[in-house]
Formats: sequence, C-alpha cells, structure tokens
Amino acid sequence: MSAREEVLGRIRTALGPDRHAAPVPDGYRTHAGLSPAELLDLLAERLSDYRAIVRRAEPARLLEVVAGALAERGARRLVVPPGLDLPGDVPGVELAEDHGLSARELDGFDGVITTAAVAIADTGTIILDGSAGQGRRALSLIPDYHLCLVQAGQVVGLVPEAVARLRPDRPLTWISGPSATSDIELDRVEGVHGPRTLDVILIGA
Amino acid sequence: MSTPVYLGMPTAPRGVGHLRGEPFPAAARRALADSQLRRNLGRATATIRAKRAAVVAELPDWEELRAAGSAIKAGTMAHLDRYLEQLEEQVTARGGVVHWARDAVEANRIVVDLVRATGATEAVKVKSIVTDEIGLNEALAAAGIRARETDLAELIVQLGRDRPSHILVPAIHRNRAEIRDIFLREMSDAPPGLTDSPAALTEAARLHLRRAFLSARVGISGANFAIAETGTLCVVESEGNGRMCLTLPDTLITVMGIEKILPTWADLGVFLQLLPRSSTGERMNPYTSMWTGVTPGDGPQQFHLVLLDNGRTAALADPAGRSALHCIRCSACLNVCPVYERTGGHAYGSVYPGPIGAILSPMLTGVEDNASLPYASSLCGACYEACPVKIDIPSILVHLRARHVEETHRPTPEAVTMAAASWVLARPGRLRAGQRAGRLGRLLSRDGRIRRLPPPLAGWTAARDAPAPPAQTFRQWWRSRAGGTR
Repeated sequence: MSAREEVLGRIRTALGPDRHAAPVPDGYRTHAGLSPAELLDLLAERLSDYRAIVRRAEPARLLEVVAGALAERGARRLVVPPGLDLPGDVPGVELAEDHGLSARELDGFDGVITTAAVAIADTGTIILDGSAGQGRRALSLIPDYHLCLVQAGQVVGLVPEAVARLRPDRPLTWISGPSATSDIELDRVEGVHGPRTLDVILIGA
Repeated sequence: MSTPVYLGMPTAPRGVGHLRGEPFPAAARRALADSQLRRNLGRATATIRAKRAAVVAELPDWEELRAAGSAIKAGTMAHLDRYLEQLEEQVTARGGVVHWARDAVEANRIVVDLVRATGATEAVKVKSIVTDEIGLNEALAAAGIRARETDLAELIVQLGRDRPSHILVPAIHRNRAEIRDIFLREMSDAPPGLTDSPAALTEAARLHLRRAFLSARVGISGANFAIAETGTLCVVESEGNGRMCLTLPDTLITVMGIEKILPTWADLGVFLQLLPRSSTGERMNPYTSMWTGVTPGDGPQQFHLVLLDNGRTAALADPAGRSALHCIRCSACLNVCPVYERTGGHAYGSVYPGPIGAILSPMLTGVEDNASLPYASSLCGACYEACPVKIDIPSILVHLRARHVEETHRPTPEAVTMAAASWVLARPGRLRAGQRAGRLGRLLSRDGRIRRLPPPLAGWTAARDAPAPPAQTFRQWWRSRAGGTR
C-alpha cells in the first residue's frame, strides 16, 4: 500500500463513521466600521509603531514626496518593478526596471520602490501580490530599503477584510514594519535579512 | 472503560528525531539547579506575557476569534482525509508535487532524495519544528548534505550544538555573552571585536548568512497553515530569513504535519489574528509569505510538499485527546506555565515543550515513551486560558494520566493512593479508623511538618513537606464541642 493510501486509511480508522463537528461561530468582526480618513490615520499610527516612516501625499504631490523620502534616505540608484508608473522622473535618481535581475544584482541597489495590493489599518500591514507595480517577491526582499506607495482606496480595517480582497493564486507577502528579531534576550533588533528600512507613502486627499 | 480505539495505531517510531528524552523529573531537577537559565526564562516569559496581554486586550472580539478558531480546527479534524485530498489536488494543479510520509524515517528519506536529485550539497532552512521533530538535519548530514539554519535563534542553537528550548525563541536559555562566545568560536567570518550587544550579534548573523541566501539552490521549510480549497501554503516569521529561503532557491521543499491544514481561504482571517498576538505579542509579525504551487518567474520553480503523519493519526484516534492536534504552535501556553517558567524547555525532552508538549509528545510517541510528561503540570489551567484555539490542556493531561495507568497496568503510588482513598471514603467507619491511624504520623513530624515519609510515599516528600496530622480529628473535635451531636 502506498504511504498516501495508508495515511488516509489511518485517518478514516481513527475518525470512524461519526464525523460530527459543531458549526463555526461567526461572532467575530469582519468590518472595522471606520471612515476612510480614520482608516488612513490608524494605518499611519500602526505603521509608525513598528518604526516604519510614514508620509502622506496628495496625488498631485506624489513625485515631490517620493523625492523627499529618497533624498532623506540618500538612495540614488533604485530598482523598480515593471508597471510602476511614477508621474515623472525624480531628479538625481536612477530607476532601473527589473527584468529578471539576479539576486546579486538586486543586492547592489540602494533600494526598491513598489506599490501594494491591500493594506490593513488595524495591524499596520501592507500586502504585495506580485502584480504590476509590485514585482516578484525577491524585489522587495533583497535591497536594504523599501519605499512602498499605498493608495487610500487600498486600505481596509481588519485582517478578514484583507483576506477577502486578496487572490490566493498570487504569491503574497504581508509586511508589517521592517524585518526584526527578538531572539537575543527578547531585545528587539530591527533590520535582519529583509529591508532594514521601510518607508510608506499614503496617497490620498 | 472499554478498549480504547487508539491502541494499535502506529506512533512516531523510536530511534529517530526528537520527541523523547529522559524522564521529566530528572531533567527538571538539573534545569532547576541552573540559576542563569531560570533568570533568562523568568525575564523572557514575563516580557512576552505582558506583550501578549496588551495586544489581546486591544481586540474586543478576542473570545469570538478563539471560539471560531477552536471550531474551525475541530471541523478540520472531523474531515481531515477529505481536506488533505483537496490540498493535494490543488497543489498538484498549480505545479507542486505532493509526497506522503507515514513517519519520520520516510519523510527524511523523501527529503534527502529530493535534495540529492538537485545535485546540491547544501540547503538553507526556515525555522521549522516539524523538521526538528523528525531529525531531518541529522538525516541530511548523514547523506553529506549541510542544512543551514537561518533563523537567528536556530542558528545560535545549531552553532552551539545545542537543542531548542522554546517554540518561538529556541535560544531563550542563552544570554548575550554566551551567544557572543558561540559566534566567535563557530563563525569564521565573525568580526574579532564582536561585542555582546544584540544589534551587533544580529548584524554578524546577517552578514554570515547573506552569502548563503544569495547562492542557495534548495530551501527547506515547515508551514504554519495550508489551505485545502486553494492549495496555498503560509509561513509567518519576523527576520526575513523565511522570505529568503522561500523565494531565492530554485527548489523549495516544505514539510508539514497533516494537522496544519485549514479548510478555507477565509479561515486565514481568523488565524492570522490569533497566531501573531498569541505568539510574539505583536498585532502582526513582520513578514508572512503565502504561495500556491509554482509561480512562473517568481520564486522557486520546483515545489515539493511532504505531508507527515508520524503519530498524528494515533493522536487523532483518541477522541479525548485529539484536540492536541489543533495547536498552532504559538507558545502562549509555555509563557504562562509556572512549571515551564522554572524548568525551561529542555526538561520536556521533546521539540514540543511546555503544557502543549506535555500532551502532544506522549500522544505522538505513545504514552509509555513519554510517561512522565502528563504529570509535568500542576493543572493550574493557565494554559487553557491562554490557548488561542482553546485546547483544554488540563483535561487532556488528566486523561493521559489515566491512559498511562491503564496501558501499563502497573499500579503507581498515585494509583494505589487514589484507590485506597476511594475505599476508605466509601464507609464512615473506615474513615474513622484511618484517621486514628493517621495520627500516628505525628510521630514522624517535627515543628508540625513531615519532611520525609517512608516508601512508597517517599516520592511525595522528595520535593515538599507534608503537614503533620492534627492531634485531634475533625470528627473528634465535632463530638467534643458544645452542642455537637454524634
């Protein structure tokens, strides 16, 4: 008998014919009930709690705010995914579009700029799904600096709302602040293997 | 009680992996003598407890989430065969390959063969308890394959030729000075002037592992969740080492226990709230990765999923204990346990320490191979209160004690005492006679305490004093007081 048949057979023997299970109680919240402005404020607060740097930008001023963030970071050579449509050039900054760069090549950039698919206000989480403007997973992982552009309309209140919006057939990366460890005496150290700095620009009125 | 159905179901085999150790009392005694360990543990568990309490209090619907989590898991177990078949179908449809392993030996062989087929002699690993459970690193080493742990704590444990002592923070028993010494001794590229600040130690580990990540060809991981209806795998982590291992290699091999499955995509909305808050005490862990089969042009182009039994079906066959399989490995029960806080994880002799380990390990191995663990608890109930999926650990501990007594058929002093107590209490006359005899115990006492009882009761006084029986029994006092009757 194959291992598959044997394991499935053991499960059937173990459970027997009586497979009763109680229905799942659904009393938990599935909507935060916050206004769009409240969602943006909460997301900004929660991101800052994890020491991500949060900036706000009206759509017309996006380029200016991006330029300010890159200047503050001192980032001049960045990689961007296909489909990232900035409204123009950032003076003094070189943006290289990714078309299958190697891990070592990605390691040579000052940082990466991406958009996001969904953001969760309650937990301070931004989620990338690899579609246009977000790129493959290695892109937002190897460079040491990640600048993420989030549209106000992408912000939801709670985790279940985000899950409902996401497509499971896409590779998903949920990011809540910069990489961190508390493995040595539970002292939190920010910046391990993922980007050590996370900047977020919230785009909305 | 009738013959329990769990008899005869194969348990995790002996001689491989890390589910068995020396008896708890002996290991605990040694741990209790280590004052450094107790200081580290006390500080660490208190810190996580406070963080967890704060983020749990933020959610007005925490109890509703726990209730949902518990019911989802119970429903999963009730139809585990169907969900596993569904998962296999979905993963396969999206370009992954599913393997089934009856036990640790078979899982190790599958993984070794898969790594060999790539021609690689090294693999990078995400922190994974299940691969430690089956002793995968040892099996790979025997095949000439170097498994590199990349989680900081697992790296500390691996370089120190040590064992993990906590589910979430495996090196919780080491302090910064010990970690610096391990790095200087074992990491050839550690900077000579390395200090013991956590930031400096973390930076040394980052540099040490960076080259390995960027050239890795094979990644090995466990899984926090697998979604039956979509075939999606999910790994939660903090450092980014998980993302590196899950994204950069050409080949990814994921080993998961069959109980880690969830039926629907929407279930993640519940579990991705329960797990981070219970585990690290954060609203959300820094990184969560989800992938479904193979995505062309993004991440590993070969994906293998190994579904492991290794005693899980034996646990499933015990209706009174099967909810131990609901565990999502958050470690909240360890941090609230007065026994764990004092003994640490090594005393449990298994990769699953603390209250959950005290029920899970004996169920995976068979109670006779971890017979002391169901007794490694004061039954205070704090673990049940903290568990995000409401596993009634105290009740299962008591159930396993009964199973142990039944299965061994050797009367323990506790069983003899309990049997004697029920005989005495059945008739008032017997109790009266027994109490008169008990007053003889005063002959053994000094200052109102009995410090050493003769065998077979010596075990009771090995770790505590017994109060001396009073000069007068309650019945005698009742008869003598004014107005007392009988």
